[in-house]
Amino acid sequence: MASHLFCGRVNLNILREAARKDLREFLDKCSGSKAIVWDEYLTGPFGLIAQYSLLKEHEVEKMFTLKGGRIPSAAVKNIVFFVRPRLELMDIIAENVANEDKLQPREFHILFVPRRSLLCEQRLKEKGVLNSFTNIDEYILDLIPYDGDLLSMESESSFRECYLENDQTSLYHAAKGLMTLQALYGTIPQIFGKGECARHVANMMLRMKREFAGSHTQILPVFDTLLLLDRNVDLLTPLATQLTYEGLIDEIFGITNGYVKLPPEKFAQKKQGEGGKDLPTEPKKLQLNSAEELYAEIRDKNFNAVGAALSKKAKIISAAFEERHNAKTVGEIKQFVSQLPHMQAARGSLANHTSIAELIKDITTSEDFFDSLTVEQEFMTGVDTDKVSTYIEDCIAQKDPLIKILRLVCMQSVCNNGLKQKVLDYYKKEILQTYGYKHILTLKNIEKVGLLKPQSTMRNNYPTIRKTLKLWMEDANEQNPNDISYVYSGYAPLSVRLTQVLARPGWRSIEEVLKILPGPHFEERQLVPTGLHKKRQPGENRTTLVFFLGGVTYAEIAALRFLSHMEDSGTEYIIATTKLINGTSWIKSLMDNPEENLP
Amino acid sequence: MSRAKPEDDEYWNSSKFKAFTFDDDDDEFSRLKESKRAVNSILVDDDDDDDDEDDVERVSWSGEPVGSISWSVKETASSIRSGSEQSFPKIDTTPSLSKQGSGYSLSSLFKAKSKPFQSLSESFSDTSVRTYAPELRKPKSDGKDFVSDLSPEETVRRMQKGRAFSLEKFRSLQDKLLLLDEAVAVYDGNVITAVLIYLKKSLNKEILFRELMTRDVALRHYVHYLKEMGEQKLLVELLKALGRTEDMALMQYKEHLNIKDEGRRRDFLKSCLSLSFSQDDATHVQDHYTLLERQIIIEASDKKAGAEIFKKFPRKASILNMPIITTLYYSCFYHYGEPEGTFSSPSNIRKTFRISEKQYILTALGARAKLKSWFDVDSLFNTKNWLGYTKKRSPIGFHRVVDILQKNSAPVNVLQEYVNLIDDPELKLSVALKYKCHDVVINTYRDLKDRQELVVYREKLERDSPEYRKIQELLNNVQIRWKN
Repeated sequence: MASHLFCGRVNLNILREAARKDLREFLDKCSGSKAIVWDEYLTGPFGLIAQYSLLKEHEVEKMFTLKGGRIPSAAVKNIVFFVRPRLELMDIIAENVANEDKLQPREFHILFVPRRSLLCEQRLKEKGVLNSFTNIDEYILDLIPYDGDLLSMESESSFRECYLENDQTSLYHAAKGLMTLQALYGTIPQIFGKGECARHVANMMLRMKREFAGSHTQILPVFDTLLLLDRNVDLLTPLATQLTYEGLIDEIFGITNGYVKLPPEKFAQKKQGEGGKDLPTEPKKLQLNSAEELYAEIRDKNFNAVGAALSKKAKIISAAFEERHNAKTVGEIKQFVSQLPHMQAARGSLANHTSIAELIKDITTSEDFFDSLTVEQEFMTGVDTDKVSTYIEDCIAQKDPLIKILRLVCMQSVCNNGLKQKVLDYYKKEILQTYGYKHILTLKNIEKVGLLKPQSTMRNNYPTIRKTLKLWMEDANEQNPNDISYVYSGYAPLSVRLTQVLARPGWRSIEEVLKILPGPHFEERQLVPTGLHKKRQPGENRTTLVFFLGGVTYAEIAALRFLSHMEDSGTEYIIATTKLINGTSWIKSLMDNPEENLP
Repeated sequence: MSRAKPEDDEYWNSSKFKAFTFDDDDDEFSRLKESKRAVNSILVDDDDDDDDEDDVERVSWSGEPVGSISWSVKETASSIRSGSEQSFPKIDTTPSLSKQGSGYSLSSLFKAKSKPFQSLSESFSDTSVRTYAPELRKPKSDGKDFVSDLSPEETVRRMQKGRAFSLEKFRSLQDKLLLLDEAVAVYDGNVITAVLIYLKKSLNKEILFRELMTRDVALRHYVHYLKEMGEQKLLVELLKALGRTEDMALMQYKEHLNIKDEGRRRDFLKSCLSLSFSQDDATHVQDHYTLLERQIIIEASDKKAGAEIFKKFPRKASILNMPIITTLYYSCFYHYGEPEGTFSSPSNIRKTFRISEKQYILTALGARAKLKSWFDVDSLFNTKNWLGYTKKRSPIGFHRVVDILQKNSAPVNVLQEYVNLIDDPELKLSVALKYKCHDVVINTYRDLKDRQELVVYREKLERDSPEYRKIQELLNNVQIRWKN
């Protein structure tokens, strides 16, 4: 069921199992039959941990979505709320409890995810229902195993909280999550970091470590190095359009908790004799992870290389199915039949991805996509970043989605180390006039996090960063890449370059650039008990955990996987993040009331 | 509208950038088709994908693996609606890995660690209430005597662990601040907030504000807490005390989003005008107010307006709360040609909101073209020079003018006129080709003395059409010296 977690270098299934064990323990605390009332947001992340079967084994008989009014009747002994610590949810719970049938009282329990909150409990108390709960507990779900080499906190608003609202709660959870990880996988001897938040997380970890002093885990360290990176060290990368297969799926359709919803038309299966069957109208939902062999193979490729990979796969599968004509003896037929399920799964997977690739291709071949990519690439190479872009101007004039405009304007600002006052004022005026004055607030937020700013007297240092870190590669090879820049067809993500340089030749070689980038850079060492020092076999790779504070894109993950697989890289990477993001979801998280505000 | 494609191709071919292009000789599309074909050909002997199978997850149509949580939420909920007694949906019953799974548990890893402050009260609560009770519920009952003489460190630790604690014994300001500092030192936002709630209740507002000023982390949590609780008034006071007047102004301004009634919203915006915004924002907020005020007046009069234009093109939505450019478009559509003195006239709006010439022309062009008032379109671009000759001039490229006209299905003769005004001959030709402005194409080839292209183009035309005959005449003209 969680086969995708086994395939990486580090067995992340241990973490998943630990989380499942906790869940079972809590469920057993509420003895007897029970119904779970879900904060809907949590069902996604929980799906990464457990399936219904686990809950059922522990006497969960019904499941409901949390909403106001009365909880539907169900002949169970316990009602368990699984909720995030949010005040508005407490109000709903209070309403549920108050409306409970007095004649058939059921026991109430709350499980807070990922932390209990005194503030929420106070709210329940104010509403006069706190005493109705038999159990109030927390379910520590900081880092959720997302894939064989990927952990996510699935905390949507983390960037906004850290950089806009100065609320460091999610960093506290990140530090806690790292402590859990060290408890399971051993102390990480080396910690590197860049950025204010990184520094803060490292400080918290070191303090927590001191508090647990004397209780060293006797586990051989699995990770050699932890690298903590602030998202605001590299504001550029998420703004660029990702050009890997998985990145484009996320850009165009959006991947949530490992699932994507796709327009159903392309997936309608025609079956013989069912000619008049209705076309499905609800979106097709697909799970995307490395458990699917084909997906694991193509997800990180540049989209331009996906067509070739799919057609190659098609030939192999066709050939395999042809084999049946050659099967003559009973033994041969038996052999063929035994392989059939696997082949059918492969065929289904191929069909799905061929359809998805077609959907994406409709977009990537459009003039719109081409034009906007052209401008992005010009900005990233430093062309005309100091004047008003006619392309952006045109996009505003034809009222393209505001987020698209903001992505481009921010990118221009980042690539020019701030915009000339005149240019900035012009863009702002155009945006406010076309999309509404209320976006004063949006612009303010974007300025506060540094995505948009006026040029200071300092000279534009982006070219220095670009040249030193080789952020632009002239001839990125999309088919057979030899550098990480293939993920953006030319642009090498800054964050991943920093990671790459850290592994070899080390950050000392880029002191200058590190000074230009915001926030401190640092190195810490954690003592590993003698006897637990790892003896590396000659040729054995090091394992580095890269933690992106404030979000990471699929293209960056692809670039890190590329580095892991490079023959002479010497380092394998496991990735952790507060949330998987793309430019659109990122900018959206910085808007106030995005639903109401979007045109 | 978009930039002309040929130009882009040209750009890519000549530029040092590599575009995100698909290989021509190894076409992606044909490959996708190929794999699709392959897929379809395999479909033949398949009539069921739902075969039970070990390593393939079962997936319902919506794509959720059967047995996943969100799927089950729907499933169990619906079984109740149907009133069925059988409470379990028929689902995957393979036992989960649970029983033979790893022995680790997250919480166990952090439980039972030796702690410097382990006290009698702790072991007490550990044994008695551990399994069932969140002691927090009854902070004033059983544990109180033990709890009352705990240090700030121990209190904070107990709060972190969810054990019984009492804050009431922190009476003096100094004790309270020590407690706050300890909470901040462990970084636990939950605990910090809890302490702040206690301080809010037990301290004078001014004193609390003063102390928070030197405690940045605690301050941020307090601001967040007030926001969360919707204590707008107190928050404004706090920001004022901190001298963060701009933040305060923006936060006040943000409130307008929650006001639905337009009259109240307008009055609220008016009350915002006196707040300390930055200079730029002050202008924007002023504009916002003026705009809404204007929209309310226009809306009131247009709602009952009987002018012919409103009958011919009934309004689809109200103009209230629309951006200024949309409002200008509306005004160019319904109120074109009104004297500058009226609020709803385009020229008045243009002037009041300092709309750039470019934006104005674009918007007016869009609105007038939509109404097919080609005469108005024409006069938009007329300028008289000092000799009194009229000349066509545009702040936006004429190729974009053509795009907009074409989108509003302007007739060929109108399009042609503007295509002819495009300066760059190559761009002109490509636009003419795109929109089939035959005359322009033919004249351009004639001027280029390009006989071959003319011959090619003739083939695309209907035989004996006027354009066809025109080419015919040109080709027969012996006076022209063709270059090929």
